[in-house]
Amino acid sequence: MMKYSVLLLSFFFSQWSLGIVGGHEYVFDDGDEVQNETRAQLFEKLAVELRCPKCQNQNLADSNAMIAGDLRRELYEQVKSGNDGESIINFMVDRYGEFVLYRPKMNTMTYVLWFGPVALLLVGLVCLVFIVRKRKQNNALTDDFSQEQQKRLNELLEKDKGGDHV
Amino acid sequence: MKRWALFIPFITFTLLGFLLWRGLYLDPKDIPSALVDKPFPEFSLPTLIGEELKTQSSLEGEVTLVNVWGTWCISCKVEHPFLVELAERGVRIIGVNYKDENDAARKWLVDLGNPYEYSVDDVDGTLSMDLGVTGAPETFFVDAKGVIRYKHQGVITQGTWAPLEKIWLSLVDESKQAVNP
Repeated sequence: MMKYSVLLLSFFFSQWSLGIVGGHEYVFDDGDEVQNETRAQLFEKLAVELRCPKCQNQNLADSNAMIAGDLRRELYEQVKSGNDGESIINFMVDRYGEFVLYRPKMNTMTYVLWFGPVALLLVGLVCLVFIVRKRKQNNALTDDFSQEQQKRLNELLEKDKGGDHV
Repeated sequence: MKRWALFIPFITFTLLGFLLWRGLYLDPKDIPSALVDKPFPEFSLPTLIGEELKTQSSLEGEVTLVNVWGTWCISCKVEHPFLVELAERGVRIIGVNYKDENDAARKWLVDLGNPYEYSVDDVDGTLSMDLGVTGAPETFFVDAKGVIRYKHQGVITQGTWAPLEKIWLSLVDESKQAVNP
């Protein structure tokens, strides 16, 4: 209830915005309405996209590790003082390596990561096309009974009708 | 369909299996440090004892182990006796006291021995953040020019020292060659 009334207040008075990350509230109140809101959003976005360097698979927002708390505070302070997303990401990568990026940078190391799935999909599609075309060809072949074959088939069917087939 | 094409699924399976099998034996915590081969980050911090201001230039001139520790860190207690032993053998060790209480830290050094030439008091963790420290203990191998050459995460004990000693010796050799080639 408290949280909602705070949100409501911030909505009406617009002097500050809240970034809510991992159940904690972070206040952005240095600039005008628009600036506060964009900074709060940038903060929330980065806290989710940056990985806790101590943890195997948690972002900064979710982790309880000491280092994650420190980095959340650092992130908050950098966003609040107006640093843009790219410079903050560079700050983190310079210290903790690309491990901390849940959205990896595109470079020769990560091409496989970025384009692998699309490449596999294309390979699958090509295979599918080949198989379908081949099957069509085979069907075309079997459809093409020679007259002699057709005659023989008719004879066999005729024969079968006559006999008392059990 | 050509006969060899029948083997494609089998080959794919084998390759994928090999890849995943390899993955089982990789250590996911083994993250390459972003700071290896970079100069030691700038800092200006007081020492724990004596409150003398030190900067990154105080590391230069000699091969140094920079050990990040804290009294709140249990593993630090495990490695401490071996650090004392290394210091006695003449290894230069400098401490970074990471987010700690000064009194507790000083008591620790009195009770357990002080292997550090000095420890800087990184009370708010800024130097440790610049070092990309994720926990303690962590130890940086810094060459005589003040460049970080290796980072060891976890304890240094008799058991883990052997490969680290090679690194340390090679750095010492390098610094001697630089002095008299």
